[in-house]
Amino acid sequence: MSSKHVTSFKGITGWIDQRLPIFTLMQNEYGSFPTPRNFNYLWNFGAISLFMLLLMIGSGVVLAMHYTADTHLSFNSVERLMRDVNYGWLLRYMHMNGASMFFLAVYIHLFRGMYYGSYKEPRELLWILGVLILFLMIATAFMGYVLPWGQMSFWAATVITNLMSAIPLVGDPIVTWLWGGFSVDNPTLTRFYALHYLLPFVIFGVVFLHIAALHVCGSNNPLGIEPKSEKDTLPFHPYYTMKDTFGLCVFLMLYAVFIFWMPNALGHPDNSIPANPMMTPPHIVPEWYFLPFYAILRSFTIDIGIPFTHIVLISSKLGGVILMVTSIAVGFVLPWLDTSPVRSARFRPLYRIFFWVFVADSILLGYLGSQPPEGIYVIISQIAMAYYFAHFFLVIPLLSKYEKPLPVPKSIHEAIGSGA
Amino acid sequence: MRLILSLLATLVFALPAAAKEMHPHGPEGGWKHKGVFGSYDRGALQRGLLVYKQVCAACHALNLVAYRNLAMLGYSEDEIKTIAAEKRVKDGPNDQGEMFDRPARPSDPFVAPFANDQAARVANGGALPPDLSLIIKARHGGENYVYSLLTGFGETPPADMKILPGMNYNPYFPGGQIAMPPPLAADDLVSYSDGTKATKEQMAKDVVQFLAWAAEPHMEQRKRIGIRVMLFLLVLTGVFYAAKRQLWRDVH
Amino acid sequence: MSHSSNPSLAKPGQEPDPDRRDFIFIAAGAMGAVGTAVTLWPFIASLGPAADTLALSTTEVDLGKVEPGQAITVMWRGKPVFIRNRTPEDIQAAQAIDKDAGQFNGLRDPETDETRVKQSAFGDKKMPNWLIMVGVCTHLGCIPMGQKATDMKGDFNGWFCPCHGSNYDTAGRIRKGPAPKNLAIPAYTFLTETQIRIG
Repeated sequence: MSSKHVTSFKGITGWIDQRLPIFTLMQNEYGSFPTPRNFNYLWNFGAISLFMLLLMIGSGVVLAMHYTADTHLSFNSVERLMRDVNYGWLLRYMHMNGASMFFLAVYIHLFRGMYYGSYKEPRELLWILGVLILFLMIATAFMGYVLPWGQMSFWAATVITNLMSAIPLVGDPIVTWLWGGFSVDNPTLTRFYALHYLLPFVIFGVVFLHIAALHVCGSNNPLGIEPKSEKDTLPFHPYYTMKDTFGLCVFLMLYAVFIFWMPNALGHPDNSIPANPMMTPPHIVPEWYFLPFYAILRSFTIDIGIPFTHIVLISSKLGGVILMVTSIAVGFVLPWLDTSPVRSARFRPLYRIFFWVFVADSILLGYLGSQPPEGIYVIISQIAMAYYFAHFFLVIPLLSKYEKPLPVPKSIHEAIGSGA
Repeated sequence: MRLILSLLATLVFALPAAAKEMHPHGPEGGWKHKGVFGSYDRGALQRGLLVYKQVCAACHALNLVAYRNLAMLGYSEDEIKTIAAEKRVKDGPNDQGEMFDRPARPSDPFVAPFANDQAARVANGGALPPDLSLIIKARHGGENYVYSLLTGFGETPPADMKILPGMNYNPYFPGGQIAMPPPLAADDLVSYSDGTKATKEQMAKDVVQFLAWAAEPHMEQRKRIGIRVMLFLLVLTGVFYAAKRQLWRDVH
Repeated sequence: MSHSSNPSLAKPGQEPDPDRRDFIFIAAGAMGAVGTAVTLWPFIASLGPAADTLALSTTEVDLGKVEPGQAITVMWRGKPVFIRNRTPEDIQAAQAIDKDAGQFNGLRDPETDETRVKQSAFGDKKMPNWLIMVGVCTHLGCIPMGQKATDMKGDFNGWFCPCHGSNYDTAGRIRKGPAPKNLAIPAYTFLTETQIRIG
């Protein structure tokens, strides 16, 4: 009496599908799945990000087979990989530069979502899962950077774990607990290794939910209007499988340029020096994909306290940490900050301008994050940081209220048909 | 977009702290191993090895390079055995439970001048000569920095700079004062067997190329594979572009 | 947990006893929660410092060769300890702040020079020239520069942290930059006039 699944597949495929409908699922979700017909190339970056995640997991698993997590051995185990293991240098450079490429793809994906209002109803949860993935990626990338145990690895670990000491009262015990000792040392390295191996699979799980949520409401598109009939959509396969693969190939060429001709350009020379707990490098900089957040962290330089006393309510350290976490976590509430009924910036003339100002501000923050925290840079970072938050908490709510959107087309096929 | 720019900004602006003093430069004619197709100059690598062995190796280790790796420089197995056997290493324990000395073998890493960092410091007035295996990758400016440093001695320090005892002025070194005395202070410190004149600049140029190889021994293989990968990707991209166009023709 | 939502749990023909059943459910839930929490504790605690890490180590240092104006760095519990033999000018510069109430109260972490070096004594003899501190920036844990003669020493001729620009004076007090506290003073004792034990 159970409602038996009826398969349209034949032979062995049909036999399996009858008992476990994976082929039907693939067919529905990736084959005939109706997808808006008007995607531009920015819509490639979701698939590219997924490809990069799988490539990072694949290369990471192989690297792990040659890596030793021990403060005395890590650096040399990585160098042995680079020098003696067959194609070890290739796998490591793929993984090193792959992290940058993964972030590049994800950042483009994220800004695309912001430009076309992909976070709006009914896709709030889809967007929130995306922000969660970004947090997990940041944690994973940070811990992975520690593993080669170079100077930058060690000092990045020291500086970032020390951020926790900003938490009032329990900060120091928490840092000791994180380290498993009184400084970043072997226990820290081994737990980072364990977590660096674990987290990508957690990311994969959240990505699965991200895609599942996407397939409930379908994709947004450059016009920001829902498809109304079959005339507005195309089956995902072969139209978008082909287009995504083409975009991926172009992306891979950029990736290959880094791997084969400038593999260390995105890294830092100090990480070719083994970690030395006695000496901090003169200028600590994180990887490029963390620079805007790093600039925000450092931009908070005053203590907020009760006037005329020495009681500090929010130390500059705690303030910086709160700002930095908020700068990403603001994504969780973005769907409710932007209440404009129009999704796509194409029909929001003012939002479009402010979007690009925001992009420029993020780039500026990235540049400032790479500069020493002195003199004029401090003041510019504070202004850039203030604007970053103003964009979310002032500009977006105000625009939602006062901006007059352009008329939105009735349907996708009409808009395309009219030569748009 | 944001990232490419932020990335460019990093590349352009986050460059050398060392540049405060003087901007590092390469030798005239640049480096043969740089560029898309650049490969190492075997003659220069062999000359550089000689400079390393006769000058640098007095203080600087090369722990990550093994004698067997010299095959990449064009040495035969017998030549490598001879080069390795010039040094002695501690091995053991033997059957009697004792440590013993033996000549180095091709499978051994380059024998370090000092037993440990402390011994190296004591012998060098408290300063630790860094291992040179990765020095080209480990310094802002890479080859140009090391070349400039090696050839940058002998200038008069600015009037307001007080050179501390045991230190030497070098405008390319961060801070301007370096504990290392000029290593290539005169011409003809080594005699090249291929007839190249061993000027200071020539020795610096050769040893920097040798060290670049030591830091990235697979650079040539990397570029070779890279070219094939790029060619393949170009064709693949073209094919997919054609297929995509074909497919989408009716849609647009 | 409410009994009204689960009438089917009562056996047919038997009156349910609401009070007893509530108690059993609550007890079961609570026991389960306690059990889970207790089981979780070893997992969490295992990440804390292990016994060998905790074993207090002490370090003995001979200061005989450190001339006035010089500094040495020694390791203690995996952290560098800065030992500076301060010149009279260094001490004067530090004490000048203590005497000026306005400047002293303006310090982020007000401590007099005297309290900073109060452990630097052998018997009755005070030796304020010996400044001994944990050489870890109180901001984010970098090692400040200023130990070597060629190092940058910052605006107050003490130490300068290269990471985020904290400046410490000749008593190791934070004067400028993001660090919230002065450089920490470890517990140490002078065993002789030129020998100390840290820890």
